[in-house]
Amino acid sequence: MIKVKDLTKRYGELVALDGVSFELKEGEVIGILGPNGAGKTTLLRILVAFLEADSGKVEIDGLDMNQSLLQQKIKGRIGYLPENAPLYEDMTVTEYLMFVGRMQGIEENDIYEKLANVIEKCGLKEKKNAEISTLSKGYRQRVGIAQALIHNPKIVILDEPTTGLDPNQRIEIRDLIKEIGRSKTVILSSHVLSEVQSTCSRVIIINKGKIVADGTPEELENKDGKNKATIHIEVEEIRSNLLPRLEAIKGVDNIEIIESRIIIVSDLENDIRKDIARVIIEEDHGLLELVRKQIDLEDVFIDLTKE
Amino acid sequence: MNKILTITKKELNSYFNSPLGYIVVSVFLVISGWLFIQTFFIIGQASLRSFFNLLPILFMFIIPAITMSSWAEEKKSGTVEVLMTFPVSSVKVVMAKFFSSFMFLLIMLVLTLVIPVMVSSVGSPDRGVIIAGYIGVIFIGSAYIAIGLWVSSITKNQIISFLVTVSIIFMFYMIGNSLILNTMPSSVAAVGKFLSFSTHFNSILRGVISLSDILYYISVIIFFLFLNVRVIGMKKWK
Repeated sequence: MIKVKDLTKRYGELVALDGVSFELKEGEVIGILGPNGAGKTTLLRILVAFLEADSGKVEIDGLDMNQSLLQQKIKGRIGYLPENAPLYEDMTVTEYLMFVGRMQGIEENDIYEKLANVIEKCGLKEKKNAEISTLSKGYRQRVGIAQALIHNPKIVILDEPTTGLDPNQRIEIRDLIKEIGRSKTVILSSHVLSEVQSTCSRVIIINKGKIVADGTPEELENKDGKNKATIHIEVEEIRSNLLPRLEAIKGVDNIEIIESRIIIVSDLENDIRKDIARVIIEEDHGLLELVRKQIDLEDVFIDLTKE
Repeated sequence: MNKILTITKKELNSYFNSPLGYIVVSVFLVISGWLFIQTFFIIGQASLRSFFNLLPILFMFIIPAITMSSWAEEKKSGTVEVLMTFPVSSVKVVMAKFFSSFMFLLIMLVLTLVIPVMVSSVGSPDRGVIIAGYIGVIFIGSAYIAIGLWVSSITKNQIISFLVTVSIIFMFYMIGNSLILNTMPSSVAAVGKFLSFSTHFNSILRGVISLSDILYYISVIIFFLFLNVRVIGMKKWK
């Protein structure tokens, strides 16, 4: 459905995308995850032909994006919600969606039906005659999604669809995305992990313009070997003699210090908390907290995107 | 064609959805009406000469106010990202933006028709000159619009868009002024005179609509619309 090969994009000195390649099958719901400034928006903007890549290839539904004559055809097969859902403030919801529908080339005798469909689907019924400038952030986001769906595109691309929403709105939008994902290929970007985890069948993590991980959420969690656990430790003071002693404990794979916390990776099977606690107490470092948990996507994300 | 109409309609609506459209029309009518009435009663002639003479100057400020937001606002609010990802070419979008400002110009000019009607009721002005005057004003106004749209496409700031457009139009207007032309060598002066809005406008005002004057305005319009398409088509968005 979508093939991206060796995509590179620079803004002056800044490298926004650095050799990004991936392929997407029809019907996949894919989350592009990365910290702010990782290149997510740039990538999506190239996929919708709003920006041009410096080099590389994009193929959408078998059509080559580099051929400018095909770009309009490609654009018609995509529904796109840019970051922050920019909308024409002075129009009503209906006026705006009608405008979008006509711009997407929907026939006049078809347009009212499609409008009603999308208003129903996105839960906009009670706001259909409201002026957009009066809408809450959650409703604006729905209008933005409705706008991306009205022409029934094969591919839907949503840039940070839930940023800035309150928890209830976030759940509503998330359910809406799941619903869309049943019949369409969806790409969404986010810097919120839980979101991607709950809506996407596949996750691509990018950092500094490069893909650092690509797989299902489960695959990524098990990436560093299956059945690993992390133990998060907080002590009053980390002194230099502590680390060698912790390393000597049997079953410790890796030790890392992030800010004032010590994070130890170990097997899921062997519970070494007892040994760790004994060492810390013997050395008198003032144990404050000791938590053990299975490695989750958040650990993977932090690990892959740290400086 | 349908999509051009769709955008044109939307743009025209947005002029009149905001106070700006009404303010611009009112300011235009009040100032042009007042200046006309003043000279009309002082000179005491049933002629529209003075009215048409002052319109290009008044347009220098009115038209940039119409065009200043057309791209700048879309860029600032981010809607340009939606607009340019519709399956429509940049040429069509630019044409639609042009047509909507052009329609706005026509609406303003239709409202000034009161003036020739009034003049006709007290005297018998030369109809040919009035028609030529309106044609001249439509062309010079359209050229201003093309400049304004291009400037609006290179900034996010409406005030900058307004002031830069005023300056460029002013420059184009003044290079034909004899005060300036006299200080230049004759070869340069000839170019300046040819490029100036005022030279071509004055010759139309005399009641002679020559092909070269019309071609001049059309070239200016096409040139700036082309620049606009280039700016939009470059895809250098931030």
